[in-house]
Amino acid sequence: MAILGAIQPILTAGLRGDALQGYGADAGWRLADYAGRGGYAALKRILAEKTPPEAVIAEIKASVLRGRGGAGFPTGLKWSFMPRSLPGDKYVVCNTDEGEPGTFKDRDLIRLNPHAVIEGMAIGAYAIGANRGYNYIHGEIWELYKRFEEALAEARQAGLIGENILGSGFSFELFAHHGYGAYICGEETALLESIEGKKGQPRFKPPFPASFGLYGKPTTINNTETFASIPFILNMGGEAFLNAGKPNNGGTKLFSVSGHVNRPGNYEIPLGTPFARLLELAGGTRGGRKLKAVIPGGSSSPVLPADIIMDTTLDYDSIAKAGSMLGSGAVIVMDETTCMVRALERLAYFYHEESCGQCTPCREGTGWLHDVIHRIEHGEGRPDDLETLTHVAGNISGRTICALGDAAAMPVQSFVKHFRDEFLHHIEHKTCLVPKDVQWAGSGFHTITQQVSA
Amino acid sequence: MTTMKEKPMTQTASANGLERPERDFGEGFCLSGETLQKFDREIAKYPEGQRRSAVMACLALAQEEIGWLPRKAVEAVAAYLGIPPIAAWEVATFYNMYDLEPVGRHKLTVCTGLPCALSGGVHAAKYLQEKLGIGLGETTPDGKFTLLEGECMGACGDAPVLLMNNRRMCSFMTPEKIDQSLEGCK
Ligand SMILES: Cc1cc2nc3c(=O)[nH]c(=O)nc-3n(C[C@H](O)[C@H](O)[C@H](O)COP(=O)(O)O)c2cc1C
Ligand code: SF4
Ligand code: FES
Repeated sequence: MAILGAIQPILTAGLRGDALQGYGADAGWRLADYAGRGGYAALKRILAEKTPPEAVIAEIKASVLRGRGGAGFPTGLKWSFMPRSLPGDKYVVCNTDEGEPGTFKDRDLIRLNPHAVIEGMAIGAYAIGANRGYNYIHGEIWELYKRFEEALAEARQAGLIGENILGSGFSFELFAHHGYGAYICGEETALLESIEGKKGQPRFKPPFPASFGLYGKPTTINNTETFASIPFILNMGGEAFLNAGKPNNGGTKLFSVSGHVNRPGNYEIPLGTPFARLLELAGGTRGGRKLKAVIPGGSSSPVLPADIIMDTTLDYDSIAKAGSMLGSGAVIVMDETTCMVRALERLAYFYHEESCGQCTPCREGTGWLHDVIHRIEHGEGRPDDLETLTHVAGNISGRTICALGDAAAMPVQSFVKHFRDEFLHHIEHKTCLVPKDVQWAGSGFHTITQQVSA
Repeated sequence: MTTMKEKPMTQTASANGLERPERDFGEGFCLSGETLQKFDREIAKYPEGQRRSAVMACLALAQEEIGWLPRKAVEAVAAYLGIPPIAAWEVATFYNMYDLEPVGRHKLTVCTGLPCALSGGVHAAKYLQEKLGIGLGETTPDGKFTLLEGECMGACGDAPVLLMNNRRMCSFMTPEKIDQSLEGCK
């Protein structure tokens, strides 16, 4: 895929990539291209002017950049938690373990703008007092792991990372670490365990990574898109970035649109853009079919019925008010031909499959959720099954080490809440409420045939 | 892992009947010098005293050399890194992309996660099963193809997506493109 459209883009300005061509056809990702777009100017300026780290953090705070990995935590605030004057090793870690169903924006960032991520991490390291960093890259996007390593080699050769960068006295070593097929490693402490060469099992928090992180040292972890935004914020100024979005929701954001739209792909739009506008950019629903529901922030966020999402703007606060989460910005679109029971069954399978097994409520509960939804879908539902589902989901929520437990429970609670009729129909009549002949009509092979510009 | 001690053997057979007689997985087993050089490059990424961090990359490299990850290879990685075999074994069993059983020469992982399922992922999985005459999780009798169902690969916009041998991501896999890709597999 590629960046298929944008409204006032910042991170992807001047970038498109061709959705239909492979990685080989990509242009513009190399150091020279990035430098041509003004890349590394922010890092060079900070190092030359010896900008106080506090001033860098203040600028990020002013931008109201909120973490793009899912939780939306303010980045400047997170950086200020680092004990930067504490002697000893500190680390900066980037989370490119993108595996949340529906999310595919970081892949495009590494593909089309890897140096923005490198520059953002170097600036982050400077601000928090770290001298070493790792980018953890999802194992399935092996080609992009290789590309990131190539970009690192370019940056190292140009003296932009490494010992005594540009004679400034600041040193920063950066490396790539690949995953190998475990969604849970996207959770920040599982990710740290994984870099340490262990099973990716989340740690209890507190202590938080800022005090006990990689190898037990203070560590800051941010999402790929978060880091990629940093150079742009420092170039345009925190306030300008904030104003590109809306109050408390600074900047533009990449939205990954998948499912029943004509042009699935990534779109960079200002936070606060109406959902309807994004749907339009993505070419509308396939075959002009009626919109049924949208999962607005990756599979772990609660589903919203069409009438609610069509009235919502895409920013952290509005989506929360509508009853869901902006999450990672992965917008999964489902049209009227979608059987919500079957859709939920597939999601439940995912969480059961990916539970790391440490906590009983999650390990057992995700299995229960899947079993019950499976039997409802297969015409063997029992009258009290919806109660069982709500009960099991409720028993997982808030009782686990990491948020995967909640992530598994939320889709279940929201699907049952908004589409109760469909579940009841399955249980009572052993069939789907969506007529057989149209079921999943929108879900067949689909090829994007048309490139769009914003 | 003394309880896991194996008899020396020159070939290995698995549940799916695949054999790779060309390798000696007995006492004489060792990884190639080229692979060990790659190990060193990975180890160099981590601070002094943190060789263990390279275990994921080294296991992946060992699998790349052999085609799958026999226990002997896991032990060799552990020995090279100076960690207990069980520490490497735990990693090999935790992460999905390590193949602890022989697989076909071409391992095809098709994503059927919800976003992909909404856009041909399930159709592609079905087409592949019919075309290869095997089910998900199975290998063709000639040992050429293994077909697996995968979870989200972070590429849902390209659905259907197919990951080949853990390395190459193939996008928009319509039946025609599946045919083409499989023809290109030797
Ligand atoms: C199960 C689970 C999976 C996650 N997967 C990812 C991921 O793939 N990428 C990511 O950036 N954050 C992921 N997160 C969130 C991270 O734990 C962490 O909050 C994030 O990387 C922080 O970066 P940010 O503040 O820049 O968003 C996940 C969290 C959980 C609980
Ligand atoms: S909630 Fe689930 S995934 Fe998270 S630590 Fe517990 S068992 Fe593991
Ligand atoms: S669900 Fe298939 S790649 Fe994400």
